Amino acid sequence: MAAPRSFTWTRRVFLTLLTGFVLLPVYVMVSSSLKPLEDVSSQFHWLPSNLTIRPYIDIWSTVPLAKYFVNSLIVAGAATVCSVVIAVFAAYAVSRYEFRGKRVFSVTVLSTQMFPGILFLLPLFLIYVNIGNATGIALFGSRGGLILTYLTFSLPFSIWMLIGYFDSVPRDLDEAALVDGCGPLRALFKVVVPAAIPGIVAVAVYAFMTAWGEVLFASVMTNDATRTLAVGLQGYSTQNDVYWNQIMAASLVVSVPVVAGFLLLQRYLVAGLTAGAVK
Amino acid sequence: MTTTTASAQPGERTVGKSSPGTARGPRRRPGRIRRIGLPYLLLLPALLLELLVHLVPMVIGIVMSFKELTQFYIRDWTTAPWAGLDNFTMSVDFDAPVGEALLHSFLVTCAFTILSVGLCWLIGTAAAICMQDAFRGRGLLRAIFLVPYALPVYAAVITWAFMFQHDNGLVNHVLHDQLGLTDKPSFWLIGDNSFVALLVVSVWKGWPFAFLIVMAGLQNIPRELYEAAALDGAGVWQQIRRITLPSLRPVNQVLVLVLFLWTFNDFNTPFVLFGKAAPEAADLISIHIYQSSFVTWNFGAGSAMSVLLLLFLLLVTGVYLFVTSRTARAPRNSRERKTADV
Repeated sequence: MAAPRSFTWTRRVFLTLLTGFVLLPVYVMVSSSLKPLEDVSSQFHWLPSNLTIRPYIDIWSTVPLAKYFVNSLIVAGAATVCSVVIAVFAAYAVSRYEFRGKRVFSVTVLSTQMFPGILFLLPLFLIYVNIGNATGIALFGSRGGLILTYLTFSLPFSIWMLIGYFDSVPRDLDEAALVDGCGPLRALFKVVVPAAIPGIVAVAVYAFMTAWGEVLFASVMTNDATRTLAVGLQGYSTQNDVYWNQIMAASLVVSVPVVAGFLLLQRYLVAGLTAGAVK
Repeated sequence: MTTTTASAQPGERTVGKSSPGTARGPRRRPGRIRRIGLPYLLLLPALLLELLVHLVPMVIGIVMSFKELTQFYIRDWTTAPWAGLDNFTMSVDFDAPVGEALLHSFLVTCAFTILSVGLCWLIGTAAAICMQDAFRGRGLLRAIFLVPYALPVYAAVITWAFMFQHDNGLVNHVLHDQLGLTDKPSFWLIGDNSFVALLVVSVWKGWPFAFLIVMAGLQNIPRELYEAAALDGAGVWQQIRRITLPSLRPVNQVLVLVLFLWTFNDFNTPFVLFGKAAPEAADLISIHIYQSSFVTWNFGAGSAMSVLLLLFLLLVTGVYLFVTSRTARAPRNSRERKTADV
């Protein structure tokens, strides 16, 4: 089945242009991170004339990048783990049981996707402060508060996707386990979860990236000690100077682990989307 | 735990078919209460968290929109005086400055969302179709295409902000210095051009998601359809028009809705690109509300605007789901049939 030349050529041109568009900022990030400050502050040049790795050394001292890194890692990591576990339970319930309120639950979960984040920023802030005042549990400004917030951000999408994924796991498998005397939870963890690993990995990737990239709540709900990378990167622009080379170096350092992890796991993401969200 | 509850699962329509499961009833173990409670127990954590972080704040937000909530009352917001519908009437009074600015921001957001979603869908679909057949380097290309999706928003957008700089940015260097298309370097992050800048960044960041979903959808189209069409003499373009695009319809319905909601509510992109105050031409509604609440400290008005925004999104989503539900039902049935047959 040979495609006609018009199609092959359109395809070639289109894919080339698109690759250029996609990689342009990546190239700018890499090349600018290797230039001295004078060069990034003056006219742009495609090729760095004075190569330096200085920005990669300076980024750690201009702002406490390592601390922000650890904060982001803790917040995003904890939010991911909690979100995935909770989503697995909820999706299992919806996928395998009939119960009153099931439809209401599904619709409510989905409709939270619709809420503009800005609508609950201030109320949530007030709730966290009030909980803090009443019980002494510091949610506002703490990593815990941010973890709690982020894990619910990815939860609706995760539940929704896992329901689809669990539905595609043949029911016979866990029914057999139940007949053999497994409890429902053992059936879930011994049979359904292993069969749905691609979907679960996909959901975990999604949850991690949501938490790692969030800006609005991170900028309102953190303090000096708990600041995440999303806010921390702003520290490279001072009143007098914008350290563009350091910003680019830091952006790259921050991105590499996420992008690498994502590209390693993207097969799962595609598989998860195929079975889950897309039917 | 017996199979009673589990086998009745695939939906009421299939209950009859799976009744052999209920016949195994006699093996039922004790603990009926636990069995009934179990789904609720499994849902409990999700439910509690959604309540705490989404639903309760939403209710509070709605209450706040009826209050005269300025910075003086923020310590104890419940003591703020009631404002009745004042916040709402102020927001929709399009002759007064507040309402006029809100309307402007709303229209900008609509135009931005339609363009961004349309372009994301178009590029994503085109790329997915181009990548459908195997060719050398396809895996690498797919990985490259997913980079914008994987990059953290702030790192990616900050790089675009750098590229759009007036004096030292790549965009002006190429357009002005190298191609000579403009008389003098333009401003991209202020003034009318900011809309274009925002759109470019949004499309760059958003299209890979469309690409992913469409690519997943393409895998569900049976190869035989194409083979049959080829035997009948249909060319590639005809196959795309007659087979690929119609088969993608259910996928597209979900995709476009999700893209629409995400783009319409997007805060991160304009916030990183422009900071707390976006230029007028690119004053997206979420930034506008943020500005109204946190910069001018009028939380009541900000909440009222958020509520109006939510109502609008509910309306659009409702109409959209209503219009598309007819076609969406077809693939769902086939899926249920499939699970029932298993």
